Amino acid sequence: MSVQLDRRSEIRADARAAYARMVEIRLFEEQVNELFAAGLVHGTTHLCQGQEALDVALAAVLRDDDVVAATYRGHGIALALGMTPASVLAEIMGRSTGCTGGVGGSMHLADMSIGLLPTSAIIGAGLPIATGAALAFQTRGEDRVAVAVFGDGASNIGAFHESLNMAAVWRLPVLFLCDNNVYGEYSRIDRTTAVLDLSRRAAGYDIPGESFDGMDVDTARTAIAAAVDRARNGGGPSLLEARTYRFAGHSRADKALYRPEGELEEYRKRDPIAVRRSALLAQGVSEGELAAIDARVADDIAAVVATVSADPLPDLAAMFANIWTEPAAAAR
Amino acid sequence: MLTLTMSRALNEGLRCALRDDPRVLVMGEDVGALGGVFRVTDGLLSEFGPQRVIDTPLGESGIIGTAVGLAMRGYRPVCEIQFDGFVFPAFDQIVSQVAKLRARTEGRQPMPIVVRIPAGGGIGAVEHHSESPEAYFAHTPGLRVVYPSSPSDAFRMIRQSIALDDPVIFLEPKRCYWHKGEVEPEAELADMPPLLAAQTVRLSPQRGVADGPPRYSVSIVCYGPTVEWAMRAAEAATQQGVTVEVVDLRALSPLDLGSVEASVQRTHRLVVVHEAPGRVGLGAEIAAAVSERCFADLYAPVQRVVGLDIPYPPNRLEGAYLPTPERILDAVAMTLAAA
Repeated sequence: MSVQLDRRSEIRADARAAYARMVEIRLFEEQVNELFAAGLVHGTTHLCQGQEALDVALAAVLRDDDVVAATYRGHGIALALGMTPASVLAEIMGRSTGCTGGVGGSMHLADMSIGLLPTSAIIGAGLPIATGAALAFQTRGEDRVAVAVFGDGASNIGAFHESLNMAAVWRLPVLFLCDNNVYGEYSRIDRTTAVLDLSRRAAGYDIPGESFDGMDVDTARTAIAAAVDRARNGGGPSLLEARTYRFAGHSRADKALYRPEGELEEYRKRDPIAVRRSALLAQGVSEGELAAIDARVADDIAAVVATVSADPLPDLAAMFANIWTEPAAAAR
Repeated sequence: MLTLTMSRALNEGLRCALRDDPRVLVMGEDVGALGGVFRVTDGLLSEFGPQRVIDTPLGESGIIGTAVGLAMRGYRPVCEIQFDGFVFPAFDQIVSQVAKLRARTEGRQPMPIVVRIPAGGGIGAVEHHSESPEAYFAHTPGLRVVYPSSPSDAFRMIRQSIALDDPVIFLEPKRCYWHKGEVEPEAELADMPPLLAAQTVRLSPQRGVADGPPRYSVSIVCYGPTVEWAMRAAEAATQQGVTVEVVDLRALSPLDLGSVEASVQRTHRLVVVHEAPGRVGLGAEIAAAVSERCFADLYAPVQRVVGLDIPYPPNRLEGAYLPTPERILDAVAMTLAAA
């Protein structure tokens, strides 16, 4: 077992650990935001506060040998799947200790050892890639599952249709998991998308479709588990729509002034971490225990920031490396 | 040694690759039951089965994106794009994912994908079916672009491309699919020349014809479907006492500039030929590279014989668009006149 997979297994069995991971994602994103404001994170970042429950639910359902193609809003899924905050933050900060040596950055997290296929900034790019991974599993007779996580905006991309059709016609073990956070970049979904219940699109491919509350980790886990089991057992692909909300703007510079008045406040009442906290309290977990978790996670993140900030930048040679296999260099 | 058409040579190359490596898959629109519109995948489905030779839906972004996922799980997909103009729906996956994933993952995730594209005009097939898209791909670091001109090169280069861990855009000169040539089907990969090595053929005037002044010589750099026409022009030029070196690039990215430079240093004149529109094309790149490397060796300005800067023309007019032997000969004459 690796550190990452140990971290993954924690959240499967233990509700407190799952809660702690959600807190970790929240605090991590807030920390990235602060580091950006301080000029220590360059370029851009896409934060996922409000969407933590879905990431943790997915990671808790998947087997270690399943794979996920996710998006540029991927810090949460990376942490949920088990990547360490240090590895993710170092990548975001462009340090050579990052998960891809600092050459990828915030939008290009990857850890093939735990099945996180390289994320990318291209909307919808992961759908056919997950479909291909599922075709590989089916061809080899492996009972593994591929998941494409994508946003509501990606459901309007051509590759969405191509992938769902291909997966349906070949009955591939793939889950199309739409994280509908209401906004495609700077536009509200009702201005851009003809069908607002995105899981209804499943009917066009004759595959199961379901929408669920993606801000409640238990609800999300149940819905995802059913679709993953179906895929694993030869039942083919499913389209799930997780209803979430993006508390932050599209990217770091976006203050999201286009939101209708009061909308953010309404969704904040359903903050997945607060919801989870209440549920655990109702199950008899003490306030003190939860406060201790919060404090421990905050300390851990602060320690990671201190360490990573001192990590080295990649050598200049890194930008010339790995573009081609070696013989190409001989063509000069 | 067998005498095969280029289509059949490619077919044999794919068969060898499927036979030798269980990770190799062939996928695309109607590559299975139909055997491909140019017959390049004929018979492969019955020999290797539907898990190795995959008929996909019509949707190029989905085909290449799926190939990326397959490559991530250890396969080596060979994707057929039915016609050159159909590759553009897949352009995003090719330039944003296929080309860059290896670098982005510090080399941990190679992309051993071959994208086969029947390319070029000359068959009366108008736009979308006669495009020469090589410059778009050659402009993208991380992609290799190759363009064989003969059955033997086609057989060798498809096998080398599939064996390579880099993604390869494999252009096939569609008007040459039925040209015949000698192919050595038992050739071993280890014995083949490097994939990126250009081939230089020197044609000298026959004795008694060679009345030209000293250094009456020129290099013609070409690739893919224009090699045949360059050879025809070269043979005509030798009748007029000119020594011609025809450099078949074979690989367009990375480029074997060393072979181009060496030839120019011998002949002192350069004509670059391609079918794609001239503006910002391979010819411009080669002319620039030659002026950087060996400007002082040139006796005349570099001439380009290229497609016109227009959309691919209607089928009855394409003869005026293409870099025919006559146009190449005119360019050769220009370089000689400039001295």
